[in-house]
Order: sequence, then structure tokens, then C-alpha cells
Amino acid sequence: MVELPTPRRGEDPYLRVTDLRVRFDTEDGVVKAVDGVSFAVERGRTLGIVGESGSGKSVTSLAILGLHNAKRTTISGEISVGGRQLVGLREEEIRRLRGRDMAMIFQDPLSALHPYYSVGRQIAEAYRVHHPRAGKREARSRAVDMLGRVGIPQPAKRFDQFPHEFSGGMRQRAMIAMALVNDPDLLIADEPTTALDVTVQAQILDLLADLQAEFRSAIILITHDLGVVSQVADDVLVMYAGRAVEHGSVERVLRAPQHPYTWGLLSSVPSLHGDADADLVPIPGNPPSLINLPSGCAFHPRCRWAGVNGDRSRTEIPELGPAGAPGHLVACHLPVAARERIYRDEVAQVGVAR
Amino acid sequence: MLRFVVRRLLVAALTLVVISLVTFGLFFAVPSSPAKVMCGKNCTAEDIAQVERRLGIDQPLPRQYADFVGGVFAGRTYGEGDFRQDCPAPCLGYSFRNNQPVTEIVAQRAPVTFSIVLGGAVLWLGLGISLGMVSALRRGTAFDRAAIGVTLAGASMQVYFFGLILLYLLVYSTGLLPFPSYTPLTESPARWAAGLLLPWMTLGFLNSALYARLSRAQMLETLSEDFIRTARAKGLPARQVHTRHALRAAITPIVTIAGLDIGTSLGGTFITETIFGLQGLGKATVEAVQFLNLPVVMATVLLAAVFIVVANIVVDVLYAVIDPRVRLG
Amino acid sequence: MNGVTNGQAAVAGDAGRLAGEPLLSVRGLTKHFPVRQGLRARGAVRAVDGLDFDVRPGETLGLVGESGCGKTTTGRMLVRLLEPTSGSIMFAGRDITHGGRRELRALRQDLQIIFQDPYASLNPRHTVGRIVAMPLQVNRITPPGGVKKRVQELLELVGLNPEHYNRYPHEFSGGQRQRIGIARALALKPKLIVADEPVSALDVSIQAQVINLLRDLQRDLDLAFVFIAHDLAVIRHFCHRVAVMYLGKIVEIGDRDTIYTRPQHPYTRALLSAIPDVTTLGPAGRIRLTGDVPTPLNPPSGCRFRTRCWKATDHCATEEPALTTRDDGGQLTACHYPESGPVGVPTGEPGSNERT
Ligand SMILES: Nc1ncnc2c1ncn2[C@@H]1O[C@H](COP(=O)(O)OP(=O)(O)O)[C@@H](O)[C@H]1O
Ligand SMILES: Nc1ncnc2c1ncn2[C@@H]1O[C@H](COP(=O)(O)OP(=O)(O)O)[C@@H](O)[C@H]1O
Ligand code: SF4
Ligand code: SF4
Ligand SMILES: [Mg+2]
Ligand SMILES: [Mg+2]
Repeated sequence: MVELPTPRRGEDPYLRVTDLRVRFDTEDGVVKAVDGVSFAVERGRTLGIVGESGSGKSVTSLAILGLHNAKRTTISGEISVGGRQLVGLREEEIRRLRGRDMAMIFQDPLSALHPYYSVGRQIAEAYRVHHPRAGKREARSRAVDMLGRVGIPQPAKRFDQFPHEFSGGMRQRAMIAMALVNDPDLLIADEPTTALDVTVQAQILDLLADLQAEFRSAIILITHDLGVVSQVADDVLVMYAGRAVEHGSVERVLRAPQHPYTWGLLSSVPSLHGDADADLVPIPGNPPSLINLPSGCAFHPRCRWAGVNGDRSRTEIPELGPAGAPGHLVACHLPVAARERIYRDEVAQVGVAR
Repeated sequence: MLRFVVRRLLVAALTLVVISLVTFGLFFAVPSSPAKVMCGKNCTAEDIAQVERRLGIDQPLPRQYADFVGGVFAGRTYGEGDFRQDCPAPCLGYSFRNNQPVTEIVAQRAPVTFSIVLGGAVLWLGLGISLGMVSALRRGTAFDRAAIGVTLAGASMQVYFFGLILLYLLVYSTGLLPFPSYTPLTESPARWAAGLLLPWMTLGFLNSALYARLSRAQMLETLSEDFIRTARAKGLPARQVHTRHALRAAITPIVTIAGLDIGTSLGGTFITETIFGLQGLGKATVEAVQFLNLPVVMATVLLAAVFIVVANIVVDVLYAVIDPRVRLG
Repeated sequence: MNGVTNGQAAVAGDAGRLAGEPLLSVRGLTKHFPVRQGLRARGAVRAVDGLDFDVRPGETLGLVGESGCGKTTTGRMLVRLLEPTSGSIMFAGRDITHGGRRELRALRQDLQIIFQDPYASLNPRHTVGRIVAMPLQVNRITPPGGVKKRVQELLELVGLNPEHYNRYPHEFSGGQRQRIGIARALALKPKLIVADEPVSALDVSIQAQVINLLRDLQRDLDLAFVFIAHDLAVIRHFCHRVAVMYLGKIVEIGDRDTIYTRPQHPYTRALLSAIPDVTTLGPAGRIRLTGDVPTPLNPPSGCRFRTRCWKATDHCATEEPALTTRDDGGQLTACHYPESGPVGVPTGEPGSNERT
């Protein structure tokens, strides 16, 4: 095993993001939506990005696809997709990669599909953009094929139906078909199951896993649901206020979490197991404004252990550093020994995080 | 779809009946009698009664209404003996003022208004929508700000004011254009267009200001929709995202408003017609009301109602064609 | 329905909480929304179709099921924001099914509702103080010490700063707005609160804060709750009893431990199995439902779940299973072939690194 969480098979990761920073100029001030985030995803593996809403998950994924409005956004850092450097690339060149080498599915499939065009036509369109020589027939048969692959019954008939004639789960399947129609090597799924019922969520997550086994794509799955992460991710990146606070394999991050924010998330989640009468242990307070971040560790106003490090948590931004196991990184000033003691004695005992 | 149209037509017919009844009722509610107006100041009661008999307005109201409806569908006969006048169906009666058949009046006036409105609409829709769309796509640029300024000015201006300015600038002081007049399209397309250029420009500019603002707002809203982001994420070139995906969604509500606007204007554009001295339906209606010229008022009011009702149906059908979520039935 | 009495007997062993008359008693509660085409009726959306359940004073009943199964419609009927098509609602011994405005006003004091969307349910132009005081004013109640004092007590009770009396809803975060909604519901000291997905729109950490708050209030004020949620894990942390709904019907109802450890209805098992649980790594349970919930316009004959049930037989298509005790289970189950045995308990102890 090597130091970083993902590269394990000696193969270069398909996606590598290094020190990504995304800022928006708004009337109220500069929003530092993403502030120095790094990660990598290999083919055939899934990175789960978790964090409360507003922590910069969607902004990160839109930055990878180059979908931010260039006029109001400042992006720095490096985004390398299949060896190509995307930051600073011309829009036309990024556009050629979008939908072909990297594709995305969104949270709400009803609003993400055009209401006036048939589902099939929208999928066929995605195919034809990158296969300009393909005729209408070929695109259609490819789209029908994809609809069938994602488990939509009677795909040829469904091709001509409109998004409003699909159920929520079917729509998300159609979105997945559209994203995969060009066999992309990278798939970003931004909260793909948040709007769905658990029963349908389970179907969609299974589908993504099957398709990944088949196509060996690299997947980024963004979610605020730690349960979903525990099911499908190989690696986990925990974001807070635009920064990465913990990063590592799913076993490490969910089984031996090192950051107080991760502890807080885990103990907040109601679970099907453990003592139902015990109180949940929520994180106190609310997430900060990204225009005016708290000094030092952005989590310190909500952290129970901020005082343990003297003034450091309030004055010095913690760097992401080794957290006890290869590839496991954490950004917190707590000394390793103290962190392990606190986790063992104070955190692992309470709530569902046990 | 067919059932929808049939049902809407039935409702439309009912609407027309109600409107005609109301017009009839209102007309007789005014204290002054058309016979008195026609006869002049020095008429005796005797004379007035005679005129009333000739016009048929001495009959009880229900009878008059029945006669009117009968005339529309089966034709009717006025007067008796030497004064006998056969009026074939669709008979809308004779003008109280000059005894001209109302159908003839309508046939003369309607093409004028149609020409004004249709020409103007082409201008205002084309200009307004494209201006609005382009400034939405170039939001925040100098072009956008200029467009906003111009449309703001246009939207706050009145027809007669702007019309008179154009008239002064282009006709009286420079002579660039002839004074507006109506020549039937069949007679000479060039003279038809030249004569109507000024009213077209007036209507076109003022309405396009409104439509530009509307289109800009619609387009901006559409551009922030999720499905636009999806289209871009597919790798579609910006141009296709805008034309194929954004435009179609943005234009739908505009179609509705445009349809109703055109329908309403076809009934008469009184101010425009008056400023430019054109003998259209609007002017006919207002004059007829002044002279208590019932048959003409009835005809023009009903015609205007027909246009509005038909425009409504057309708009609904168009909406269903554009937006598959709308099901007529 | 004798099934219901049975079920109460079955759960009555639990605690003294369950002794005494039910506070809320619902029988055959039904709501059909007519669907028209032109002027002719073309059928009805059978959103809620014959519910029977009781809620005792101080008891929390969870109502769970996939979206569209009629939870919201039920909740709105209970507080009479919707008129039931048929059936009866008894509250504190009075029949309130078709009560007029006057009766309802008295009812509102004891029976309150909290909505899912904290943004939409608060008037943006009113101050928080005014919003929370509204129920008092509508009912012309002057609490001892005055309205303002009571409102500030309420704000404090739900964990808001009483000084924020004069602020507007937009100045608060989502979780805080939900607290405002809770304070408003508590203003009249109700006996029962219907909470329609009160935490579904909130982030996990905030959701846990609000769940804890509701639990504390429930215990301290001895409130009864009908708690609607689509998340079985949330319900487990809040409710004494659980009713599982499918397509407008209750398919299983019983006390919490029975439902979570020995569910009998295949649907309940499928729901539990689908929940991705943090404490287990790797794919969730084995049961996968296929397809979607059928339309309530034209529900399947017999057992409504049969189109997605892996145990369905011809019998299920012809005869609707009654909601009754089955195989000596502690709950009521509407299934001809109830499941038995415990659901899979997690094997890997949390804290260990094993995948389960
Ligand atoms: N185009 C934008 N302009 C200004 N602020 C933005 C923009 N997009 C996102 N933000 C802000 O950036 C922060 C992170 O947002 P996002 O990445 O969507 O969070 P999430 O983790 O919930 O996906 C939020 O505070 C959001 O308000
Ligand atoms: N006002 C209404 N008119 C027609 N159908 C309705 C109405 N309200 C709800 N429904 C239908 O009733 C069913 C139950 O809805 P609802 O009670 O909102 O479910 P839930 O809250 O469990 O998601 C759904 O199929 C919904 O479409
Ligand atoms: S750095 Fe300090 S405030 Fe931040 S998480 Fe660690 S202990 Fe808490
Ligand atoms: S009655 Fe039949 S179809 Fe219904 S849940 Fe039981 S086994 Fe399944
Ligand atoms: Mg997001
Ligand atoms: Mg609901």
C-alpha cells in the first residue's frame, strides 16, 4: 500500500484533482466555495464525497466538467482527466470531453430532463454530439440499447415517451442511460438518489454498481447520506465549508474516523441498529457562511474539542495530514494520541457511531 | 384534440350569444334614441316615430333580438312596399347613418385593421423576441444594457405620442414616407406596404419593447433551469443549447401572450387608425357608438369577440403542440 | 373492526402509557379525490382507503411508506385540513369527522400540525413573535403574563433565542425555521401533534437536533404524535408504534420493536432491507423490490402489494388480506403469507473493520 488513498494498482488515476479552488464573485462578497481540495479516482473505483449542504460538493463536480460561468468564477488548481489538464483549457476543448470522457447525473431527474423532448431523443442527442457521423437510426438504436441496459422495460416503446410519463426511478435510469451512452471513463453522480424512495434508491445504487463492473468507469458519488456512502464507495472524502477535512478508504473513514466533524455526522445519523431510545448526538450550531469563514479551523465554533489545542484551532488552518493508516488523511490539530483516546472513550461509546 | 376544439367552439358560441345580448341591452339602456340622433334637431315626435318604425326599433326588445339573429342566419327583409329591402344571410342590417349594408362596411374595414395588425405583429414579434433573447444571452454586456434602456423607453411610451413623433419626423419634416393610406394588397403590394409602414413601425416598436422585456426575462429563467445544465453536460455546443433547448422552453409563454394580443388587436386598433387616418374596424366601432349606430356596433363588437375567442382556442392548441405535458381533452 | 382491538391487546403489555382510552381513534378513514374529464367523473384517486388506528395520550405513532402512499393526505384529514370521504375520526371522545367551523376551532387547540417545508409554512412578512403568537390570538387566549412572555417562553423551549422575537423567518436557517414551526404548534398546549415529514428537508446534523428536540418535548409535555416520515430509521428513533402504509392502506401496525425486529409483512421487510445503513459496509440487504408503486387511480385487486411481492399467489389477487394478528405476532399484518423470524441482525460489530 502507498501513501495516497487511491493509486493501488500502479495505474495512474483517471481523475486527479489537485489543490482545487473555486471562488464566486457575488454582491455580498467573494464566496470561497471550494478551497484547496485534492483527490484522485481510478477506473473501476468509486469516491464518495460527503458533507452537509453548502459544503462545496456540487461546485467541485461542476468545476471538473467545466460547467461554471467563466465570467463570475475563478478556478485555480489542477484537474487532470485521463492525463489532460482541464483548468485553463479552452471551452471548446472541454466541451468535446463533456459527455464523452466524463459525464454527470443530477439530483432531480425531472427538472434535469427537457420537458418538451422525448426521453429517447435526448439520449440519442447525447450520442450524436460526439458521433457526428452517426445517423438518426444508429443513434436511436444505440439509445434504445442503453435504455434496455439500465433496466427500462420495453425500451423501444419508452424511447418516444416524455419525461413526465416516466416514474421518478425510471427517469433517473434514463438519466444514467444518457450519461453512459458514450461510455465515459468518469461518471459524476451528484446526489443521484436523494429525491427517490429508499426502495428505488436501492435499485439505482445496484444499477450503478453493475454498470461500473461492466464499463470500469471511475465514479464520484456525491451524497449527504453516509448510509449510501457505506454501501457503494471505495474511498470517502468528507468536506466541510469548502475544504477536505478527512479522506481515506471507506473502512477507515466510517470505521475509524479521525475528524470531529466526521464523528459528528456519524453520531447524528439515525440507524436501524443500536439503542433506539438513546439520544442522537448532533453537531451543535449551523454551517458557516462561505463568505466569512471562521478563522483557523472552520469547524471550531461547532467543535467540542476546539479548546484542547489551546489557541491553535482558532488561529491556524489545519493541513490535511496522515491519520494513522496508509492513505488516511485528516485535517485537525488534535494530536494523534489525543484523537485516538477521544474517539475511543468519548465518541465510539455514544450514539449510533459506536 | 378534436373533442377539445368542438367543446371550445360550443363554449365560444355561448360566449357570443351572451356578448350580443349584453350589447343589445346596453344599447337600449342609453337614454338617447338613435332615431332622434338621425332625424336632427327639428324633428317632431311624429317624425321620430316614423324613423323608429323604419329602423325597426319600435319593436319590443326580444323581438328585435330575434330578428337580428334570424337575419344573421337566414337573412331578413326590411320595410314594405316600395321601401322593401331584401338583406340576404348573413345579414347584419343596414347602417343607421347611410343605409349601407353592415356586411359591406365590415368587408371594407376589416382588411385595413388586419393589415395594420398582421404587419405590425411580424415586426414586433420578430424584433422583440430576438432582441430579448440576444440580450439574455449577453446578459450584463453593453448590448444588454442598451437594449434594456431602449425597451424601457418603449414600454413607457404611448401610441399616440410615438405615432405623432414618427409622423412629424418621417412625413411632415423630411417627407421620407408618404402619409399613411390604405391600398388593398391585391391592388398593389408595394403601395400597400408603403402606406402602412408608419403604423407598422409605431405598433412594432412599442410592442416589441414589451416583448423584448418578456423574452429576456423568460430566457434568463430558462437558462438557469436544470435541463440546460444537462444539455451542456452532454457536450452540446452553446449554440445548440440555446436554440434547441433554451429557446423552445422560453418561447412557450410568449406564444400565449402573442396570440391573445393579436386576437385582441384584430378587433380594432382605434388609436393607431385615428392618428394615421386609416378607416379600420376600431374607428368604425367608435364612430358607430357615438352615433348610436346599433347594427354597426353589434357587428364590430361581435367580430372583436370572435377574434378573441378564436385566438384563445388557437393558443391552447398551440400550447399543447409545443408542450407535451399539456393534454387537451 | 375487531382486528384493531386485537392489536391493542397485543401491544398493551408494553407500559402504563398504553392504559386508558385512546386520544385519537380512526376507523375506516378514506379519502378519494375525484378525477374529472370535462364534467363527467372518470374515477377517483384512492389516496387513502380505509385506515383503522388508535393513538393513546402521550403515545407516538409513526406513519411510514413510499411517497404517494397517502401519508400526507391522512395527516391533513386528522387535523381536518381535508374533509374525509368516509370513515370516522374520534378525538378525545368527540366525533370530529365532519365538525363545523366552531367545533374545529376548539379542536385546533388540542390538535396541531407541523409541516415538512419550514420555508413554505411560515409567512415571510410576519415576525417570529407574531407567527408564534398567531394561534393564541386567533383563539383569543391571553396567557398569564401576557402573549409576549408566553411566546418568549416557547422560543426558549424550542431552543431559539427569545431575543429574536422581532426577526423575520428569512433571517433563520432551515433547522431554526422548523423550530419556529414547532413553537407555533406548541403555543396552545396541544395534546396531539401531527408532524408531516418534519425533518426530511434538513441536513443530518440539523435533523438530529430537531429529532432530539421533538423527543424531549414529547417526553416533557407528554404529547401524543402522529409522526409521518418516509425514513424508517428516523421513525425508529422517535416512535412507540409504527404503521406501515402502502397505496392508501395500512399493511402492518405494531409496536416499534416488533416492527423492526420481527416484521411479518413482505413490504415492511423490503423497506427495511433497502435502507442503506452506516453501520454496515457494502451493499444493503438482500430484498430488492422491482418496479414502482402502481397508480392509486386503479390499484391492483386483492392485495395491493401483489404486483411487487415475491410471494404473491393467485389467492393474493382475488382476496384482500385483512389487517389482523397473524401467527401469534405482536402486530397486525395484512398479508396471507406473513414472514416469520427476525430480520437479519448486523453481524460485524461497529468499530471492527469487517465488511458485513
Ligand atoms: N454560482 C454561484 N454563485 C455564488 N455562490 C454559489 C454558486 N454556486 C454555489 N454557490 C455557493 O457555494 C456553496 C457550495 O455550494 P454547493 O457546492 O452547491 O454545496 P453542496 O455541498 O450542497 O453541493 C454554497 O454556499 C452556495 O451558496
Ligand atoms: N388534491 C389532490 N387531488 C388528487 N390527487 C391527490 C391530491 N392530493 C394527493 N393526491 C394523490 O393521493 C396520493 C397520496 O398522496 P399523499 O398523501 O401526498 O402521499 P404521501 O404523503 O404519502 O407521499 C398520491 O397519489 C397523490 O397523487
Ligand atoms: S482543528 Fe480543532 S476545531 Fe478543528 S476539528 Fe480539530 S479539534 Fe476541532
Ligand atoms: S398477501 Fe400475498 S401479495 Fe400481499 S403481501 Fe402477502 S404474500 Fe404478498
Ligand atoms: Mg449539491
Ligand atoms: Mg407527503
